[in-house]
Amino acid sequence: MEIPYTVSARRDTGLWNAKVGIWLFLASEVMLFGGLFSAYIFLRLDAAPGDWPHGLLNVPVGTMNTAILIASSVTVVLAWAALKMRDLTKYRIYMAITILCGVIFLVVKLAYEWPQKFDHFGAFIKEDALEKYEPYLGNKHLLEKDLPPRKEITGHLHNKEALKDPNIKEYEMALDPVYADPTNSKMDRPHFWPMPATDKIATIEKSDVKYATMFLPKHSAYFASYFTITGLHGAHVLGGVLVFCYMMLPASTRIYRHNPEHLANRVEVAGLFWHFVDLVWIFVFPLFYLL
Amino acid sequence: MDATTHSHATPETHHDEHGHEHHELGFWRKYVFSTDHKVIGIQYGISGLLFLFFGFCLMMLMRWQLAYPGQALPLIGNALGHFFGPGSMPDGKMTPEFYNSLGAMHGTIMIFAGVVPIAFAAFGNFVVPLQIGAPDMTFPKVNAASYWAFVVGAIIMLVSFFVPGGAAKGGWTSYTPLGVIADTGPNFHPFFNGQTLWLLGFIFLITSSLLGAINFITTIIQLRAPGLTWMRLPFFVWAQFVTAFLLLLAFPPLEAAVIMQFMDRVASTSFFMPTGLVVNGAPLYISGGGSPLLWQHLFWFLGHPEVYVLILPGMGIVAEIIANNSRKPLWGYKSLVFAALVLGFLSFIVWAHHMWLTGMGSAVSAFFQTTTLIISIPSVIILSAFFISLWGGSIRFTVPMLFATAFLPMFGIGGLTGIPLAFNSADLYLHDTYYVIAHFHYIVAPGTIFALFAGIYYWFPKATGRMMNDFWGKVHFWPSFVCMNVIFLPMFLQGMLGMHRRWYDGGQGWNVSGEHIWGLTGFQWNTPISIAAWVMGLAQIPFIINFFHSIWKGRKVENDNPWDATTLEWTAPSPPGHGNFIKAPVAYRGPYEYSLPRRGKDYTMQNEPIEASEMTVAHPAREPVLRA
Repeated sequence: MEIPYTVSARRDTGLWNAKVGIWLFLASEVMLFGGLFSAYIFLRLDAAPGDWPHGLLNVPVGTMNTAILIASSVTVVLAWAALKMRDLTKYRIYMAITILCGVIFLVVKLAYEWPQKFDHFGAFIKEDALEKYEPYLGNKHLLEKDLPPRKEITGHLHNKEALKDPNIKEYEMALDPVYADPTNSKMDRPHFWPMPATDKIATIEKSDVKYATMFLPKHSAYFASYFTITGLHGAHVLGGVLVFCYMMLPASTRIYRHNPEHLANRVEVAGLFWHFVDLVWIFVFPLFYLL
Repeated sequence: MDATTHSHATPETHHDEHGHEHHELGFWRKYVFSTDHKVIGIQYGISGLLFLFFGFCLMMLMRWQLAYPGQALPLIGNALGHFFGPGSMPDGKMTPEFYNSLGAMHGTIMIFAGVVPIAFAAFGNFVVPLQIGAPDMTFPKVNAASYWAFVVGAIIMLVSFFVPGGAAKGGWTSYTPLGVIADTGPNFHPFFNGQTLWLLGFIFLITSSLLGAINFITTIIQLRAPGLTWMRLPFFVWAQFVTAFLLLLAFPPLEAAVIMQFMDRVASTSFFMPTGLVVNGAPLYISGGGSPLLWQHLFWFLGHPEVYVLILPGMGIVAEIIANNSRKPLWGYKSLVFAALVLGFLSFIVWAHHMWLTGMGSAVSAFFQTTTLIISIPSVIILSAFFISLWGGSIRFTVPMLFATAFLPMFGIGGLTGIPLAFNSADLYLHDTYYVIAHFHYIVAPGTIFALFAGIYYWFPKATGRMMNDFWGKVHFWPSFVCMNVIFLPMFLQGMLGMHRRWYDGGQGWNVSGEHIWGLTGFQWNTPISIAAWVMGLAQIPFIINFFHSIWKGRKVENDNPWDATTLEWTAPSPPGHGNFIKAPVAYRGPYEYSLPRRGKDYTMQNEPIEASEMTVAHPAREPVLRA
């Protein structure tokens, strides 16, 4: 028994099976990421002024990753075109570049961006203690300029054991530039180039802190959605890379020798998925890095 | 080259291939890790029936607590207490936590491990490819993956009964923040606790449905037999097609929500946790900033289409059986198809009618009240078309037909009692009472589940080559029919008295109020309801025996079409071999050509070519349409 239309198109629909399948799958993926993005919108609209953080992500690195992902979307099309022209060597080159791009993206994300966040600290100050930390927060300055207030002090935590040990009564941290110089107008808005923590040390008493944590998913609704969405997106990138790797293996070469269109169709379907993953990132990048 | 011709092997070569593959496949590949749609369909069916029975047993236990609150369950109570572990039923007396677990898991298992796997996956897998004349599904391996994802998910759900603290207790809706804070603390494992496992199991069940939905839609679009145009598809195929779209588009937002609740529990995020939440008198040390309402929106965005996922396949089955047993064409075939499509579309924009009590605001409520009332129109069209189909037919009351005809008034009661719930003002009173329980159970239990039984009796000869016993089928039907009504009709009354659906003590306070209906207080009505539930449990025994006995000992069918039906699945051998058809079928006509004039028999199968006499007399404008 053989299932029809696996390689050649059915005449009245003009499609082969996997192409219908992948578009349906992508429709469900749109709904999956749509659910997460609508949660992002819901939570962000609900957030009180000053509760939604800005400028915590590394914009140049994000831009680079965007470019890498877009480039890989181009090379996967070129790989497919090479197959259509029956040029296996070229196909392999383009496919290898695509895989490389996907791997670079993941390495940058998981080995650089995420750990950098995990190493960053933020303490939300209680309402009645905001006045006490005014030198770090500069809320009067912000009020004059009609900007949302700052409720959190961020930086590099020196005594990490303070997070666990109830006997330590204060957090000792090197301040991020914003809190080292809060009334400087240059600090009113996030910067494109991220600035390292200053050497100005602040001591924050735990009794003044409402909630303190490293930049983990539990830090805020912002980081919760950032890590969940980029994590799920990263899982999709990984899935795509694995599928592309499979398409470089001898098993796929055998399919090519048997019927080159069959492999071309597979690359097309995987490529559609890859474009979708790219498209999701095109939403992730502005929503989390820029806005 | 015509793309279709290479798939149409001649009968001889086909047969060779068939025999050849049988040699290659061992027992495990053939019956367990099979990629054949029929085997997967039967696997889904049998696992689904087991879960259906298990879910029903959970309810029979709850019915004891409701009728006799706080009393020890005789005979099996002690043994169950040991089986489910400490904290479940010490000395046969049910604890409130265990009662909540039973309630949550009854809903979850019945819907996601029982009815959907049978209605959508089992019947869809077994029947749809046969009805459209296809050799298999488009993606057989994906199909097997779907089944095994379901098995993993369902097993995780079962295992959750035996972790410390027992299975999930937050209701099948798992509302937040309860869903996030339940099953946490010193007595629970941080990961292996009921609620977290519920979420994990859910991710697998959702994945399974998504894979199935993609496969079904692709199969229906791509693998219809030549000549089987869209308007010649049996209504059952249409129903499955719409159902698959509902699953495809409605489940992912719930998957997103489940992932987020999972993050809330495992990574301590606050997607659904509002700022300043106080639990047991102490403020929670969390970031806050989340929204409990967000969960409800995402949950019901699936939850409402899910209702139609439960009912549409049932309607499809009933349509086939009514046409076949009233020996006349289904009335209003096109209206049925378009009603199903409209139903599918509208089901995406009614979800917030489950949330009247949240205070969404009158503008939002007005919108959802309007859409909810509009959605009753296609439902009524479908039901009316079924009733009119019976009119003037020469009805055969076979066992499938008994269940199918019982479906009609039962679904009607369920549907009409939903209208008060659609109105914001009436629902404020009826919300979360037994009235709601009665309303949706009338749709799912004597509605969908009767349709499922009808389908099992109807397609059993195709799957096994043997008939199920008629007499024991009737012994199964009549008590089930009576008990269903004794169970659910009084619940409307209890609900209108204001009895809440989740009370552990069965609403004993209603003994005090002094209000009586037909001599019984609201609480006292629990006893006849519970007795009817247990009798209905007994009434399933004839079915179970009949089912297994008939597989091996049932009466053999004389031919491949024992019901004198018209659709393509009856042209395949019974049971069909790997690849289904001996000769790939071609369709020449619509699905329900019963009692055509000038033909010797009262049914004309879809693969019978149009004859000259028909073209001139009965169908003057008709030409045979043949498309690949």
